[in-house]
Amino acid sequence: MTHDIILAGFGGQGILFLGKVLAYSGLIDNKEVSWLPSYGPEMRGGTCNCSVVISDEPVGSPLVIEPAVLIAMNSPSLEKFIGSVRPGGTVICDSTIVDSPVTRQDVNVFYIPATDLETENNLKGGANIILLGKLIKETGIISKETFKKAIEKIVPPSKTQLIENNMKAIQVGMDS
Amino acid sequence: MERNLMKGNEAIAEAALRTGCKCFFGYPITPQTEISAYLSKKMPKEGGVFLQAESEIAAINMVLGASASGVRVMTSSSSPGISLKAEGISYIAGSDLPCVIINVQRGGPGLGGIQPSQADYWQATKAIGHGDFHVLVYAPCSVQEMVDTVTKAFDMADSYRMPVIILADGLLGQMMEPVTFPEKKTELPEKPWATNGHGNKRKHNIINSLYLQPDALENSVKNRFERYEELKANHAQAEAYLYEDADIIVAAYGATARIAKSAVNLARESGIKAGLFRPVTLWPFPVKEINEACKNAHTVLCCEMSMGQMIDDVKLALNCSKPVGFFGRTGGIIPKPSEILEEIKKTGGNA
Amino acid sequence: MAVVFEKPKALADITFHYCPGCTHGIIHRIVCEVIDEMGIEGDTIGVCPVGCSVMAYDYFNCDMIEAPHGRAPAVATGVKRANPDKFVFTYQGDGDLAAIGTAETVHSATRGENIVVIFVNNTTYGMTGGQMAPTTLPGQITQTTPYGRDTSVQGFPIKVCEMLSTLDGTALAQRVAVDSVPHVREAKKAVRKAFENQKNKLGFSIVEVLSTCPTNWGMSPVDSLKRLKEEMIPYYPLGVYKDKTAKEDNQQ
Repeated sequence: MTHDIILAGFGGQGILFLGKVLAYSGLIDNKEVSWLPSYGPEMRGGTCNCSVVISDEPVGSPLVIEPAVLIAMNSPSLEKFIGSVRPGGTVICDSTIVDSPVTRQDVNVFYIPATDLETENNLKGGANIILLGKLIKETGIISKETFKKAIEKIVPPSKTQLIENNMKAIQVGMDS
Repeated sequence: MERNLMKGNEAIAEAALRTGCKCFFGYPITPQTEISAYLSKKMPKEGGVFLQAESEIAAINMVLGASASGVRVMTSSSSPGISLKAEGISYIAGSDLPCVIINVQRGGPGLGGIQPSQADYWQATKAIGHGDFHVLVYAPCSVQEMVDTVTKAFDMADSYRMPVIILADGLLGQMMEPVTFPEKKTELPEKPWATNGHGNKRKHNIINSLYLQPDALENSVKNRFERYEELKANHAQAEAYLYEDADIIVAAYGATARIAKSAVNLARESGIKAGLFRPVTLWPFPVKEINEACKNAHTVLCCEMSMGQMIDDVKLALNCSKPVGFFGRTGGIIPKPSEILEEIKKTGGNA
Repeated sequence: MAVVFEKPKALADITFHYCPGCTHGIIHRIVCEVIDEMGIEGDTIGVCPVGCSVMAYDYFNCDMIEAPHGRAPAVATGVKRANPDKFVFTYQGDGDLAAIGTAETVHSATRGENIVVIFVNNTTYGMTGGQMAPTTLPGQITQTTPYGRDTSVQGFPIKVCEMLSTLDGTALAQRVAVDSVPHVREAKKAVRKAFENQKNKLGFSIVEVLSTCPTNWGMSPVDSLKRLKEEMIPYYPLGVYKDKTAKEDNQQ
């Protein structure tokens, strides 16, 4: 089983972090994983995307071309990648920001107002994790328990309060 | 051993530290800067030397000096920066000095781009500087292999007293994968030839690449080439995958080999007997190994992130015994498995 | 009989390849006398350049490295950083130091690299047969300025000590000459100070030595020394351009 995932949005929305959480989760589940960022001069504020592969087999190309999962946090990202999603694939968008609906009929699309939910629940910067919560609920690629272990591994010891916030955000996403 | 997730560039840096690399001299350039960033944080704490040089030229000459004085030393850059290091690499080779040079390749020529590329194959394997010499060239294809290769590169550099290049690319440098590290090396080889002060205990050592008498220069070059023969005989390395019954062998190295492997798997799913040959050393090129891998194939497809450079060595190694086709993307474009599959079908993989 | 004069121990017992009347011999000797006096031969690594002194690695008895053209300060940086307790010096000509190696020179100085640079300025590329150097005087005829250096075409000479004295990392920038006995003595004092600075970890010390090239100047050794005195010294005034130790003395 191989999960090919693309995460995309604006720089600053936590796209690469979201990718890291997924990759670490795969690592904790003893899977083969890879994480590949887009890199270049658009380090701040520009578009940003990240390929993550979680697999039972050694990862071939770390560059995901036909994702089974797309998380899109803005309209340009959705437009850029929606055509490449495999039929039957899962698309999760932040509907607070994405303004036009997906026209494809052969993919499962979930619209989550993640940025609004972030504000409502006082979870600053948590929209990315809220969207991941929805992904966990809909696909079970990783479990909530694994997610917790991954967050504990990534968050530096000086910022332990972030663990709680992230756990809250993932629950908000799962309940949405 | 614990698996960690790490970027290729950072893994290279950590592996160098664990292999006893005492000094690092470099200059910033995308997409390899994480190596410098990582080492600038870690080296001062471990008693090592991290110095950002004023230029690639200065950096490689600092490498020359540190290597001459007997310590393990590394530099890293990306394509345009490697061109600037060319002079120093030739002097280092001509002075029989060990060092490790990382090239996280990007698209060229000129300023080119910053996306992954394999367009420096010729430079690394044929002409990385003026004069009659070679450098040992490794082409890892995963973050773990980068770590293993760095460890090996320092040992080989010291054993053969020559520069070793690790030819990576932006994809391998930027991606994260699980990786485990070896224990830190504490015992390093003695270097009685080093210019670190004779302490009034021996005659002075000289590190030099100048031989004004032609016969003396010829002798020094010939001695070096004798060592190269030993390298060719004993240290060429390659991986072959699903080759025993293969009708078509895809030859690819580094990041492209991973994509080619995916294409080979897709081809097998559609009934084509495809296999993969991946050189791990680009110089010396694994001649024996490619002939073994291609023994039953009727055709070979060389895939690269360039307009076709390794293909020359593939043809030479096979001595034109079978047709060799080519598929490549360049300019920073990473080939897709589906594109390579198409090419496998076109090039004559019989279903 | 008492020995009143002998070859310094740090100087190898080898016949130099330098032309008759060349002042490299004097400068080599000065460096070796200082090494002897400080007793540091076993702890010293020298870096020689590309130019007439390219084969100086055979002439000094300490460990020696031959650097690529202009890169001696970078090579010396590598040696010194790897072995901070050893003495490291470069020995460079004007083309090496002030043309192709300008960046390496300036940046070693501004980093305060704790090394000694012996800079031999004879206003010409000697080894390649007398072409224009970055230090060639205005009007000077060389192989590549056959009508004399025209500053509107070839620009002006570089005054290295003046330039490096502006950098905070420079501990000592002093220009000396070897055209007369008093000047040779002065030169030796400067070289000694440079090595003492390194011992005291004060930073980058450069001693620029005005030197001659009878062969490429097309002059007798005596006339060459005369030219040094009458033409070079007025353009390149001797003296101390920067001396951190003097500053400390003043502050006290």
